[in-house]
Amino acid sequence: MARDTGWSTAAEIAEGVSSGALSAASVIDAALARIEALNPKLNAFTAVRADRARARARAIDAAGDRRQMPLAGVPFAVKNLFDIDGVVTVAGSKINRSHPPAARDAPLIARLEAAGAVLVGALNMGEYAYDFTGENVHEGPSRNPHDLNRMSGGSSGGSGSAVGGGLVPLALGSDTNGSIRVPSSFCGIFGLKPTYGRLTRAGTFPFVASLDHLGPFARSARDLALSYDAMQGPDAADPACTDRAPEPVTPLLGRGQDGLRVAVAGGYFRKGAFPEALEAVAGVARALNASDEIDIPEAARARAAAYVITATEGAALHLDRLRSQARDFDPAVRDRLIAGAMVPAALVAKAQIFRRWYRTQVLPLFDRYDAILAPATPCTAPEIGQQTFVLDGVEMPVRPNVGIYTQPISFVGLPVAAVPVPLTPLPVAVQVIAAPWREDVALRIAHALEQMGVAAAPRPALAA
Amino acid sequence: MAASPDPLDAFIVAAAAALGLPLEDSWKPAVKTNLQVTLAHAAVVEEFRLPDDAEPAPVFRA
Repeated sequence: MARDTGWSTAAEIAEGVSSGALSAASVIDAALARIEALNPKLNAFTAVRADRARARARAIDAAGDRRQMPLAGVPFAVKNLFDIDGVVTVAGSKINRSHPPAARDAPLIARLEAAGAVLVGALNMGEYAYDFTGENVHEGPSRNPHDLNRMSGGSSGGSGSAVGGGLVPLALGSDTNGSIRVPSSFCGIFGLKPTYGRLTRAGTFPFVASLDHLGPFARSARDLALSYDAMQGPDAADPACTDRAPEPVTPLLGRGQDGLRVAVAGGYFRKGAFPEALEAVAGVARALNASDEIDIPEAARARAAAYVITATEGAALHLDRLRSQARDFDPAVRDRLIAGAMVPAALVAKAQIFRRWYRTQVLPLFDRYDAILAPATPCTAPEIGQQTFVLDGVEMPVRPNVGIYTQPISFVGLPVAAVPVPLTPLPVAVQVIAAPWREDVALRIAHALEQMGVAAAPRPALAA
Repeated sequence: MAASPDPLDAFIVAAAAALGLPLEDSWKPAVKTNLQVTLAHAAVVEEFRLPDDAEPAPVFRA
């Protein structure tokens, strides 16, 4: 009998397919039907691989070892900077459309499929990932499932839109300065930015090698853990990827918050936030009995240094394309990259020196606390095209301020679970920040908050 | 008396030429704004004094 899996978690689908209560084929057909019906509204997908997905689903249904597949039959999609066999890796650009199709899947796709998941397509993103809005001048904006006139958040906007809109229960994205955590916040879903170097970036189009991370989006903390566990492991093809053996988190989720000390980031992380972002942090802190407020030293300067490294490494990556195809860029991206190419190298070296010093200041905080809470974004999703917002009577530009709370954290590679708080009318997420290599801490707390009913991915009307 | 020219305007033109980057007149205001913002961030980093032996974050290992 067909069962509505439109808002099912990956764990529920995998359990159904493993036990035989559901067929992977029916799950994938239903996902493809949702994409066909809702993508015209959300503009989350840029490519759908229906034949491949159906073939993969049939193979899973025929397999005798489905119980060994923790993601059996789970549909997922990836930001279109991931290589997909036979698909051009456009990375949100017009320029890359002339590239040959990828010859193989990115390793993270292969690892998810080895765990039984089924890739259904590629997702919209801001051009070359230099974006916090989810807008794309070539494809049109991916849209927020809770209000189609609002931003999905960038740069993994299609990932946020597809998971928050119920098209798929699981998606992958990248996060250089906040591009997993910002769409998670605006679209009201869970996102995991793992420790820098934890998940291999091989087979994806880069942005800023010093800061690029990959990670999953889902509608539950357990689904983040299941997918994250399936993707861990060394890979010589990514020079930044750790040699650490996989450290599975899923078996630890049930430990909840027990014994974990949690503090709230004050100072910089309280300035410039709208009341709803602070309300979300306060609610999470109350639930976790986190009454201590701590200062993350020099966070504003860390954000400034991240900005410099991003502008200059991004410019280095695209220098040849700027010379030969400048008119084919999104003009806003082009002008930022040209400016980045002009920044003196001495200033970039200063930023990298500051980065190491900042790390020595941040890591000791985790001697006293296992996790730190901070807003993911200063506001709920702005309207598409909105240029400014007014905070405390001061008009501020939207784009550069969306990532103010995410940048100082990814700058030193700390793992973060973005945890959605279902405020009305729009959700907003809180960052649960842990020490390097302690994704287990961030995900245990995310799971505990979900069990307490404090965190949840709200179902939008269009997905019902 | 006319305001003296902003040296950043000349820098942008010279840097574009030195790097072989195209720079149409209509792009210059946005490039300048972006460069000003990035330089302002860089100044915030630079004014923070660290010892001469402070190492940068990426360490090459042979």
